[in-house]
Amino acid sequence: MSSGLIWVMAGIVGLLLLASAIGLVLDRRVQASGGSAVIDNLNARIRAWWLMVAVLAVAFWAGTTASLVLFAIVSFLALREFLTLTPTRRGDHLALCLCFYVAIPLQYWLIGIGWYGLFSILIPVYGFVLLPAVAALAGDADQFLERTAKVQWGLMLTVFCISHAPALLILEVPGHDSAGPALLLFLLLVVQISDVLQYVFGKLIGRHPVAPTISPGKTVEGLVGGGLAATAVGAGLWWITPFTPWQAAALSALIVLCGFLGGLALSAVKRSLGAKDWGDLLAGHGGMLDRVDSVCFAAPVFFHLVRYFHT
Amino acid sequence: MIARLLVGLVKLLVGAQGRWLGVPPTGERQRIYFANHSSHLDALALWAALPPALRRRTRPVAAQDYWALGGLRQMVAVRGFNAVFVARQRERPDQDLLAPLAQALAAGDSLILFPEGTRSAEALPLPFKSGLYRLARQFPQVELVAVYLDTLHRSLPKGSLLPVPLVCTVRFGRGLQLHADEDKDAFLERAHAAVTELA
Repeated sequence: MSSGLIWVMAGIVGLLLLASAIGLVLDRRVQASGGSAVIDNLNARIRAWWLMVAVLAVAFWAGTTASLVLFAIVSFLALREFLTLTPTRRGDHLALCLCFYVAIPLQYWLIGIGWYGLFSILIPVYGFVLLPAVAALAGDADQFLERTAKVQWGLMLTVFCISHAPALLILEVPGHDSAGPALLLFLLLVVQISDVLQYVFGKLIGRHPVAPTISPGKTVEGLVGGGLAATAVGAGLWWITPFTPWQAAALSALIVLCGFLGGLALSAVKRSLGAKDWGDLLAGHGGMLDRVDSVCFAAPVFFHLVRYFHT
Repeated sequence: MIARLLVGLVKLLVGAQGRWLGVPPTGERQRIYFANHSSHLDALALWAALPPALRRRTRPVAAQDYWALGGLRQMVAVRGFNAVFVARQRERPDQDLLAPLAQALAAGDSLILFPEGTRSAEALPLPFKSGLYRLARQFPQVELVAVYLDTLHRSLPKGSLLPVPLVCTVRFGRGLQLHADEDKDAFLERAHAAVTELA
């Protein structure tokens, strides 16, 4: 790990220490008046952040393979949540087995050996062709298009899209040895801090909901305020990346926007599946997909822009 | 050791998280957990969803013609989840199929039972067979707990070999008691409804 990354990690740990301290003080204060669900949720979230940062730090320290395994597990858990809420039928069984037992390992293995030409089309082309064929062979035409579309969509979202985050590790940027870890850290940090800051700004000054029927918590003030603050944080991290400060700011703004749209689109999907959370894996955060919904949309866009402009 | 490995594997694959909507996840009382049956994972998932203290004295009832054929499967059933084997067909006309179950209850164990007797392809259970009624008559002190397993008919449907990892929530409902003058059909209908209302 380069010294730049270590400094950033130290900064994250510092932020979490501050957050834990604030959480503790708030908890002491509300305990006197019988406690508060909001503060309990806040503290549960902070504890879950510690866990996530710890897992991520270990993966970074252990190298590319460990990071790929970690993200493969994230994909597995996210796909499991997605398909649990998706009404599949007996005829989808083989297609679902292929998603879990073939698509996930194959996708991450292809990234591991650096075969860009295949990992970028494995699911959109071969999955798209093979999965409906397999389901059709099972002979159940009832709601066939809905079922096939949902399985393909879940696979694209949870495996294809998410896998583009660790795929940053194999990008070779001329003049920047091992830029990969820095790029991945940049992406995750900007996405997650943008989520947190949008939430904070929304709670403090939020007035006008962006899409009240889909996600009442998302406000214009939260998006603009949190988005600008997150962009500033991203721009301030330019020195660990191959970017100039202005490039870092522009890419951060784009990550913020994609993350916002990802959260919004997935809220709509969740609602159409009739659920409030994707699962209850992490206390306070809901399921895995509730945590990585913004990464899903931001990762592939960021990956392809960096690949186009910097390699 | 095998038991711990099994629980870990089941949790990794299908989550098997317990939701205690009726009875508490504690207690000294002996229980028969009865649930809908749609896959070979059912007994394992229900058993894994129990807290360790209850799990240690709870034995799933497993079909002899599937689980007791020797090899890995029997090892899993015997040394893993400590199954009580039950035959589904009488070999002799006077054979009491419930004898091994009664024996386990008499020894103080709790049981996991699937009163449909076979796996259903649907989300809702088939009509119940009479075994549950007869055990309830014979052991009035045992608490009968309705349980619903929600996604396993999609994870490992009848006729498939590989389980699809979907999150299964194990819903534990309220405790049931057989009334003194209740007849078989009325009781079985009530028990069936107790499982169905958890779906």
